[in-house]
Amino acid sequence: MTPAVEVLDLVKRYPKSSSNAVDNLSFEVHPGEVFGLLGPNGAGKTTTVGILTTRVTLTAGTARIGGVSVGSDPVAARRKVAVVPQQVNLDRSLNARQNLIFHAAYHGVPRTERRRLADELLDRMGLTDKAKARIDDLSGGQAQRLMIARALIHRPEVLFLDEPSTGLDPQARLFVHDRVSGLRSEGVTVVLTTHDMDEAEKLSDRVGIVDHGRMLTLDTPEKLIKSLPGSGTIDATVHPNGFTPDGLTDVLAAVQGVEQVEPVGTVPSQTGEDPGLRMRLYVADEPAALLGPVAAALHERQVTVNDLSLGSATLEDVFIDLTGRELR
Amino acid sequence: MSRTATNGSAASGSAVRGTTASSVRAFVAVLGRDVFVTGRELPSFLAQVLVQPVALLFIFGKVLGQLGYTQPGYAQILFPGMIALNAFLVALQNTSFPLVLDFSYSREIEDRLLAPLPISWVAVEKMLFGALRGLVAALLMFPIGLVMLGEIHWNLSGLPFAALCMVLGSLAGGTVGLTVGAAVPPRRINIMFAVILAPLIFTGASQFPWAQLDGLRWFQILCAFNPLTYVSEGMRGALLPWVPHMAPWVCVLALIGACGLFGALGIRFFLRRALD
Repeated sequence: MTPAVEVLDLVKRYPKSSSNAVDNLSFEVHPGEVFGLLGPNGAGKTTTVGILTTRVTLTAGTARIGGVSVGSDPVAARRKVAVVPQQVNLDRSLNARQNLIFHAAYHGVPRTERRRLADELLDRMGLTDKAKARIDDLSGGQAQRLMIARALIHRPEVLFLDEPSTGLDPQARLFVHDRVSGLRSEGVTVVLTTHDMDEAEKLSDRVGIVDHGRMLTLDTPEKLIKSLPGSGTIDATVHPNGFTPDGLTDVLAAVQGVEQVEPVGTVPSQTGEDPGLRMRLYVADEPAALLGPVAAALHERQVTVNDLSLGSATLEDVFIDLTGRELR
Repeated sequence: MSRTATNGSAASGSAVRGTTASSVRAFVAVLGRDVFVTGRELPSFLAQVLVQPVALLFIFGKVLGQLGYTQPGYAQILFPGMIALNAFLVALQNTSFPLVLDFSYSREIEDRLLAPLPISWVAVEKMLFGALRGLVAALLMFPIGLVMLGEIHWNLSGLPFAALCMVLGSLAGGTVGLTVGAAVPPRRINIMFAVILAPLIFTGASQFPWAQLDGLRWFQILCAFNPLTYVSEGMRGALLPWVPHMAPWVCVLALIGACGLFGALGIRFFLRRALD
């Protein structure tokens, strides 16, 4: 079967830049899957999407959409893709419904079908009462939904969502998530770029983590999490009793079975004493078995334990493990 | 082997035809969008294209004439020039201004850049639509001038050539507009007025016959670089053949040359802005 998206040794170097924005990137997206492209700011996600949607010219390598090369036949590729960008780029001279109808016309959807599809999509996106609204009068969430409707009206094979829920309120975010899940059940291939780990974990069948223009890892979210050295965690909230965070880290790391310890923050104290410390322990085996030893080690040093809770690693842990902690 | 090859080329041939057909359809739809939007904004379009030339015609053709500061025949010389000015300048402005905005804050044009047609066609559409508006603006000047000046003495057999000059002038304006609109960064849009539009208005021979500029040789040479000069001279030569004017074939050749030069340049700048 032809992959929905096929990227092979893709390179993009912008003029006047000393390094490659996309650097030998390769991956495939299967038809009908939701593929998450994750990475820190500036990792090359948006450039990759730009190349796949024919707005950025590639420097070397191949990129195909449904078997059509975006470099050598961009017009045919544009018939197969749709993009929901980060910034609103709706046509302000037209109202909401006209935005859909004209977009469909550009893509050659027959006249009567355009109108029917526009009304249907407005309804599906909860925008029926905004059909005649000017674009400037739409809220951020409404504009986002209208852009999704616009992207769907020409029935693309692959839908690119660039940071779909940045800047949306929780309701709008959930609505967008529901729509993306709905698209998967209809068999539309979705490629979403995000740095929201929960979103990626929730929506994606497979996730590729990109940094410095290279693919660091690619698998299902579950497998990526399992691949971490210490996939179970214990969160301990303690009163340090004079210990520095580093000191406590050493104490906890010495417990057998603990692979890694990270201070994750402070907890304000109700009684006005020293603030509490929260530490996260990554463990190799079943975390429950280590609750006793961890509590004992802390007790021995008269460190008061306020809370010990079990957790499992998240995609965020995988992400940080691969891309590091430093700010970009 | 040869059969497969034939089949293959036939298939790719029909694919190319399919792509061309969908590109043509998309082009028509994109043009249709611009016409639709203009229809909705008709009053502001009319204000934009008519206020300035009507004011110029009124002051220079009517007021100064009645006060006795201009010779009686001046309004007759000015009128064809004003039509030429409107064709060229409205086409230029209506191509360049929307483009500067589209490429900066609104990014509205992205929808069309992602439509299934070559990006250069989008540039051509912008140019063609600007030219269309210029042509409409020029045609609107006819009744207005007639009413304002009361009587005109035209060589009516020159009308077809005047129409050709109007069409070429609008197209030339559209191509210059595409070049300027794709080249000027948005933060420089204020300067565009001062350093591009004003000089074009006053070096385009629309207020004076170019052929009589012998006494101001340097200015005559300067005007020869402005495509508008050839529109004005062509129209004046056709409608007022007794006024000294440039040879008609020179006007046509120069305008075709300007369309080719600025068209190619504009498409290149447009592609550079549209693609990273």
